[in-house]
Amino acid sequence: MGNVIGIGASPKRKEDQRFLTGRGNYVSDIKRPGTAAGVFVRSPHGHAVLRGIDKSAALASPGVIAVLTGDDAKADGLGSLPCGWGISDAKGVPMKEPPFPMLAQGKVRFVGDMVAFIIAETPEQANAAAELLAVDYEVLHSVVGVLEAIRPNAPQLFDDVPNNICCDWELGDKAAVESAFRKAAHVAKLSLVNNRLIGNPMEPRAAIAEYEPGTDRFTLWTTSQFPHVVRFLMGALVLNIPQHKLRVVAPDVGGGFGVKQFHYGEEAVITWAAKRVMRPIKWVASRSEGYVSDRHGRDHVTEAELALDETGKFLAFRVNTLANMGGYLSTFGPNIPTNLYGPLLGGVYTTPAIYCNVKVVFTNTVPVDAYRGAGRPEATFVLERIVDVAAAEMGIDRVEIRRRNMIPKEAYPYQTPVLVQYDSGDPMGCLDGALAAADVKSFGIRKAASASKGKFRGLGYSTYVEACGLAPSRFAGRLGARGGLYESATVRVHPTGQVTVMIGTHNHGQGHETTFAQIVSDKLGVAFDNVDIVFGDTDRVQFGMGTYGSRSLVVGGAALSKATDKVIAKGKKIASHLLEAAEVDIQFEAGKFSVAGTDRMKTFEEIAGAAYVPHNYPLEVLEPGLEEQAYYDPVNFTYPGGCHIAEVEVDPETGTVTLVNYTAVDDVGTVINPMIVEGQLHGGIVQGVGQALFENAVYDESSGQLLSGSLMDYCMPRADHMPMMKVATHSTLCTHTPMGVKGCGEVGTIGSPAAVINAVVDALSHLGVTHVDMPATPNRIWRLLQNASLPVAAE
Amino acid sequence: MTVQISFTLNGRPTTVEVEPATLVAELLREQLNLTGTHIGCDTSQCGACVVHLNGLPVKSCTLLAPALDGATLLTIEGLQGAPGSNQMHPMQEAFREHHGLQCGFCTPGMLMTAVALATEKPDLTEADVRHGLEGNICRCTGYQNIVVSVLAGAAAMNAAKGE
Repeated sequence: MGNVIGIGASPKRKEDQRFLTGRGNYVSDIKRPGTAAGVFVRSPHGHAVLRGIDKSAALASPGVIAVLTGDDAKADGLGSLPCGWGISDAKGVPMKEPPFPMLAQGKVRFVGDMVAFIIAETPEQANAAAELLAVDYEVLHSVVGVLEAIRPNAPQLFDDVPNNICCDWELGDKAAVESAFRKAAHVAKLSLVNNRLIGNPMEPRAAIAEYEPGTDRFTLWTTSQFPHVVRFLMGALVLNIPQHKLRVVAPDVGGGFGVKQFHYGEEAVITWAAKRVMRPIKWVASRSEGYVSDRHGRDHVTEAELALDETGKFLAFRVNTLANMGGYLSTFGPNIPTNLYGPLLGGVYTTPAIYCNVKVVFTNTVPVDAYRGAGRPEATFVLERIVDVAAAEMGIDRVEIRRRNMIPKEAYPYQTPVLVQYDSGDPMGCLDGALAAADVKSFGIRKAASASKGKFRGLGYSTYVEACGLAPSRFAGRLGARGGLYESATVRVHPTGQVTVMIGTHNHGQGHETTFAQIVSDKLGVAFDNVDIVFGDTDRVQFGMGTYGSRSLVVGGAALSKATDKVIAKGKKIASHLLEAAEVDIQFEAGKFSVAGTDRMKTFEEIAGAAYVPHNYPLEVLEPGLEEQAYYDPVNFTYPGGCHIAEVEVDPETGTVTLVNYTAVDDVGTVINPMIVEGQLHGGIVQGVGQALFENAVYDESSGQLLSGSLMDYCMPRADHMPMMKVATHSTLCTHTPMGVKGCGEVGTIGSPAAVINAVVDALSHLGVTHVDMPATPNRIWRLLQNASLPVAAE
Repeated sequence: MTVQISFTLNGRPTTVEVEPATLVAELLREQLNLTGTHIGCDTSQCGACVVHLNGLPVKSCTLLAPALDGATLLTIEGLQGAPGSNQMHPMQEAFREHHGLQCGFCTPGMLMTAVALATEKPDLTEADVRHGLEGNICRCTGYQNIVVSVLAGAAAMNAAKGE
C-alpha cells in the first residue's frame, strides 16, 4: 500500500531504483542466446561512386557468417527508408524525394553512409573482416555547406535534383511584407548561421534483431523514441513484414533528444539480416560511429530583415533561410526547417506581416532531422537576435522594444500571420518575472565589478514561444505529414484494484513512469505505488506515436486522462447496480463510488473485484472486466513560452565566455510534477547553452570529412561550464488540453541560445560588435576582439 | 590465448579467464553480466564506465582486464547497502532525493565518481564538485541537480561516518 499522489506533487521517481543500482535494461544490456555480432562498413568518403564491392576476403575471414550489401537488399526487393513528411513549394510542386537506400546503392553521399553489414561470431571478428572488405570508390567532389551546394557548378548529389535544392518552400504574405518594408522608418538586417549540432545522447544507438522460424515472427530491440512508428515504417514500407509478425521493443533508452526518433537504416538492415542468417544479431554503435550516423540538427544560413516604424513597432519580418538536409531525407527532415520554423517566426510579438522562404538543400553531410526544439530554436534565435539589433540601431532599450511589441495577455487567443493561433500565454508576465529573478536592476554594479577585473560583462534576453504537442492530425496532414499525430492509452484495472497503463509514448529520461502514475493516482484515487506504466513494446502496447516535440504529457497524458474517465464511467455503472441507485446519483471521489446524499458506497477495489468476479453484476447491460482505451487527437498545438536572461563575463585576454548567471521563467501550463519540470528545464537550458558556447559539427569543405567526429573534438557542456541556474514557471493554462498542460521538454533549448548570444554581443557592444555566430568559442571571440581593437584600415 | 586473473569484485573473490586485450568494461558487461557499468564513448571522455579500482575511481573502458589481477574492484552493483537488499548507498539516496538523474545512462559512472570525490574530500564545495565531475558527461540534467545531489550525498556519508 501507499499513498494517493496527486497532480502538483513531486514524488521521487519510480524509475530511479533500477537506474541508481545499475539495473536498468538498455538495448546493449540485452543478451539473446546464440547472438552473432553485426558491424556496419561505412563510407570514408563524402561523395563517391560505388563501383563495386569484393566480399571474398571478408567472407573468408575467421568467424564471418555473412556480408550484406546494397545489391543484396536490392535483390531481396527491399524498399528505401521512407520520409514521413512531404512538403511542397508555393506552386504546390512536391519536394524532390530521392530514394534513401538502407545500404548504399550506386553512390555514397556522406561520410558514414552505410555500404555493407558484416555478421560474425564476435564483434572483433566482424571488425577484422570489415578491414578486409574491398570497396572500389570513385571519389567525387563533396559539397558540405548550403551556400556552396546551390552554386551553379556545385557537385550534384542526385541527377534529378538540380542545384541540390530539395524544395523551395515559403510561407506568409510576401506582398504585404514588401508593402510594409516600403513604409518602414527603419529596417534592421542580420545575416547569421545556426550551427550544426550532434545530439549525443549518452547511450549510443544499438539494436538486436531476432527471427523465430516457428512463429515466423521478428523481434527488434532498438534505441528508439517511437517503436510503433518504427514497426509501421519498417514493416510496411521497407522490409514488407506484416505488422503482426513484427515486434519492436525499445526498453530503457539512455537519452533521445530527437536523435533516436527516426527510423534508421541500421534497424532495417539488422532485422532483414537476422532472418537471412537465422541468428539473433546485435549491433552497438561506438560514439564515433554515432557522430557520422546519428541524425544531426540545425544547420541554417539565414538573412533576416525587420521593418519598424519610428516608435520601434514591428511592421514586418522577412526571413530567407538555406537549410541543410544532409545527403538524404531523414524521417522528419524536411518538416523541421519549414513547418516547425516558419510558423514560429511571429514569436511573442504582434508583427502583422511575415514572409519566410526556406530553400531545403542536399549536401554531402549526415542527414539532418529533429533535435531538441527542432525548428523552434532556429526561429527564436533569428527573431530574438534581430530584435536586439533593431533596438541597438534605433537606440531603444532592449526590454522596452520587446514590451512595445509583445502580445498582451488579454489578446489571447491570438492569430499570427503565419498559420498558428496561440490559445493562451502571458509573455509580459514571464518577462517581468525573469527581470525580477535575474536582478537586472543591479546589473550595472556587477558589470562595474567585472570591469574592475578587466572583464566585459553582458546581459542577454530571449522571449519566445514554441509550438508543442504535435499536432492535430488534420492540420498536420495539410502540412504534409504522412502519419497521424494522436496518442493512445489503455488503463487496465486488475481485479484487486491495481492499475497497469499501456501508453504509446516513450520515456528516455523525462520521468513519465512517475508523472503518468501521478495522473492515474490523482484521478482514480489509487495508491501511486499501485500504478504501473508500460511503454516501448509493440506487443504490450496497443499503438502510439512515441515521444518527441514535448508531446508526451500534452497528447499522451490527454489520452490517459480520457481513458481514465472511461474507467470511472464504467465503474459508476457497476456501482449503480451494486448500490441499487440510479447511475446519475453515483458520485466518484477519492477512490470511492457513492450514492449522492447517502453513506452507501463501494471502494474502487470492490468495483474492480465485481467487474472480474461478476457474481452479482449487471451482465445483461454491461460486460465484465474493467479496462478502457482512448485515442486522443489534439485540437491545436500547445504554445509554451517564456523569458530567459543570460549574464556572461568575457575575458578579453583569452576570448573565454563564462556564463555567470542564468534565469528562466517559463509558461508550461499545468505543472504535474514540479521536480521533474525543473529538471527538464535545467537540461534543456544547458543543451541550448551548449549550442551557443561550445558545440559545433564541423566538416572539411573539400573532402566532406567530419572534423568534430568524437567527444575529443566536439565540445559537450560539462559540470564546470555552468552556474547554478534560477528557473521558475509562470503558467497560463492551455485552453484545449484536458489538464491544461503545454509541455516542457524543449523550452530550455529554445529560449537559451539567443539569450546567451545576446549577452555576449552586449558584453562586446562597446567595441562595435553587433553579432556573434554560434558557438561563441574563445577562438572566435578572441579573433573578434583582435579585429575590433585594430584600426579600421588594417588590411 | 587467455590469461587467468583473480581479484575481489564487489567484496567477492572472483577468478576468470580473459583474452589479454579485454577491457575491464567489457569483462564486466559481457563475461560477468554486470551491465550497470556503461560504455558511452570510445575516447575515455564520458565517464559512464567509472568503477573503483583499489578504492580509486578509474574509467574501466581504458583499463585492460589483466591489470585487475590481485586488485579490488567495486562496481555500481556493489555500491548499495546490504548485498541483495534494496537498501541504497547514501549517495544513491541523495541522487534519488534531488532528482540527480534523468535517463539514467550516465548515472552509475556519475555515482562512482561522486562517492570517490566525497571520500577523498569530505568538505566538498560546489566548485569542487563541478571540477570533480568534469570527466563525467550528462546530457540530460544540465548538472545542476547532480551537483546538489553530490553535495547532499557527501553530507550524508559524513553523517554516517560520524555515527
